Amino acid sequence: MNTISESFVLALTMVANVDPQIVAVVALSMAVSLSSTLCSAAIGLPLGAAIAVSRFRGRSALIAVLNAAMGLPPVVVGLVVYLLLSRAGPLGRFGLLFTPTAMVIAQTVLITPIVAALTRQVVEDAWVEYREYLHSLGSGWFRSTQTLLWDTRWSLATVLLSGFGRAAAEVGAIIIVGGNIDGVTRVMTTAIVLETSKGDLPLALALGTILIAIVLALNLGAQGLRNWAKLRHG
Amino acid sequence: MIGRLARNALALVLATLAFGAMAENPSIVVASTTSTQQSGLFPKLLPAFEKETGISVRVVAVGTGQALDIGRRGDCDVVFVHDRVAELAFLAEGHGVKRYPVMYNDFVLIGPKSDPARVAGGTDIAVALRAVNAARAPFVSRADKSGTYEAELRLWKEAGIDIAATKGPWYRETGSGMGPALNTASAMDAYVLSDRGTWLNFHNRGNLGVVVQGDKRLFNQYGVMLVNPDKHPSVKKDLGQKFIDWLVSPRGQAVIAEYRIDGEPLFFPNAGTDS
Amino acid sequence: MADATGPDGLPIVVSGTDVVAGDTRVLAAIDLRIVAHRRTFILGPNGAGKSTLLRLLHGLVAPTRGSVTWGGRAMRPVRQAMVFQRPVLLRRSAAANLRHALALAGVRGKEATRRIAEALSSVGIEAIADRPARVLSGGEQQRLALARAWALAPEVLFLDEPTASLDPTAARAVEGIVHDIGARGTTIVMTTHQLAQARRLADDVVVLSAGRVAEHTQAVEFFRHPASEEGRQFLEGERL
Repeated sequence: MNTISESFVLALTMVANVDPQIVAVVALSMAVSLSSTLCSAAIGLPLGAAIAVSRFRGRSALIAVLNAAMGLPPVVVGLVVYLLLSRAGPLGRFGLLFTPTAMVIAQTVLITPIVAALTRQVVEDAWVEYREYLHSLGSGWFRSTQTLLWDTRWSLATVLLSGFGRAAAEVGAIIIVGGNIDGVTRVMTTAIVLETSKGDLPLALALGTILIAIVLALNLGAQGLRNWAKLRHG
Repeated sequence: MIGRLARNALALVLATLAFGAMAENPSIVVASTTSTQQSGLFPKLLPAFEKETGISVRVVAVGTGQALDIGRRGDCDVVFVHDRVAELAFLAEGHGVKRYPVMYNDFVLIGPKSDPARVAGGTDIAVALRAVNAARAPFVSRADKSGTYEAELRLWKEAGIDIAATKGPWYRETGSGMGPALNTASAMDAYVLSDRGTWLNFHNRGNLGVVVQGDKRLFNQYGVMLVNPDKHPSVKKDLGQKFIDWLVSPRGQAVIAEYRIDGEPLFFPNAGTDS
Repeated sequence: MADATGPDGLPIVVSGTDVVAGDTRVLAAIDLRIVAHRRTFILGPNGAGKSTLLRLLHGLVAPTRGSVTWGGRAMRPVRQAMVFQRPVLLRRSAAANLRHALALAGVRGKEATRRIAEALSSVGIEAIADRPARVLSGGEQQRLALARAWALAPEVLFLDEPTASLDPTAARAVEGIVHDIGARGTTIVMTTHQLAQARRLADDVVVLSAGRVAEHTQAVEFFRHPASEEGRQFLEGERL
């Protein structure tokens, strides 16, 4: 049997047997990526919406920076966060290096630009449509942003999902700041790296299959939600 | 519904963030090498220690050079590596308290069955490396700051070859850990120097096998050091020392000796010697 | 349903006003006075600047030169509402669209619910209160936009060609609603290029031509004897 089919069988076996170690790794992966998605939502949604409805000097430069930051190299982000959180670094006294928190921070740095840039795009499209009406109502900057975020919520759910997908699939940054410690900071992607290092390619690919299946299921769910919303809300 | 969703999500975030600070068990961070982890020794050793002391050990497995750097920044409590020269330098800089020899294993030269340099079965690593060089046979080098790479460089020197000057396209510097280097060698049917532990626990062997072993110059000593708490106040001095004391105790040494793959021992305890 | 304290955003006075967009002068030397409780219709061919004038009066467009005051103040008052040619509806239910506008006007809770029910039934769409606004038909959407304006009980209601994209039946329904809102004492300013509509509804007529006010007269007078050359041509255009 070749490696690929072997690993599919292995993936199915692991899922069927509810292998507790795999479950723990998957759960940590999801918890870390969900946390960083929520953090990046807290920053990126208001930021993207604020940029969408504002006109100021340097706005287009800021948008260019934001779009470029969508492709931040994970390893560089990992290294910078590592140096910040290291005992010898400025945030060293909090002792966050090699903890899940450090991984959440690194992922948040990576995906906040994605969330902010895509939110800016989505909200600005709605803003073009709503601007006169909201002005007519005397809706202020803050209330307008609120209205726009709420009215684009289904599209924004997809935006957040893109962020989540990137976070869950990323390894370069979190292996540096998390250290891939068994039971503490070992998530799906870092486990895949480790198993690849050990030459256990079927196991590595089986883990990869599970990761892809989860991300795929989430995206299908989101697409279904969006289609439903489009039908329901126009 | 959205509100409840947000509340649940927030609770999950807080739980995750609290993860690092959770007072489940006292724990220490040990920076070590990929060989100790990927050979399967730690998964055997650490549960035994944790069971006896209640201290959980968090291992960050990187190359020896990087592990020592983590110690230099004060980001771990203990370093457990295999490069005597670099370890002594670490001590001299004042980053470590004291170095304890723990165990050794050996390096082996791995090569393809086709054996283009005709070195299989040899016991003299210098002769073998000269033959690899002469045949311009593909050779994968870690080319990172690992203990294995430092050992490889010393061995080229022993063979009388200035590798920096003579290396050609046959000498492939991957800049990667032991496992990835073995994967690369397996894919290219190349020679590669590996520690025996990682090799024995390595699955993706392809056409590779051990071609040279048993030379005393292939000896690979592991040492353990507590990171200096005077220099790095965050170091958990007592817990870290407990781990070191246990490693060099008869109990820890016995666990190391008991670890075997297919009946073959991977590491040989030698605490208390001058290695 | 005029406010007990009396109209305070009226009259709207435009004096010596130009509006320049890019390098085009859309409105030039406008002097205009909109007074309370009248239905004023802004007439003119396409491109005359009707929509810009309406937005100027509503405070959505700032004058490049000159001034606009509302009840003697330069601040645009809150109690105005506008209905657009293509209704801007939020991605929510019909009722939620009204609730959103009311919340911005500071009306919440039971009072909001009461006004929503009243406004929806006034325009005859109470049955679709819970339907998503953006899947309604064009006529229903425009009636919803009118209900939303109605619920706000504005002092002045601006309407920008509200029937332009509707079929004749829906257009007549909208005209009826505009008439009812005016009958409550709400001051109405509406643009149209349909003379018949102005004939049916207008108290006053403003004829706009190439960004200038050609005349501002009572509707009855205008349809009998247009004072301006442009007004006469516009009326003749209808006869052709």
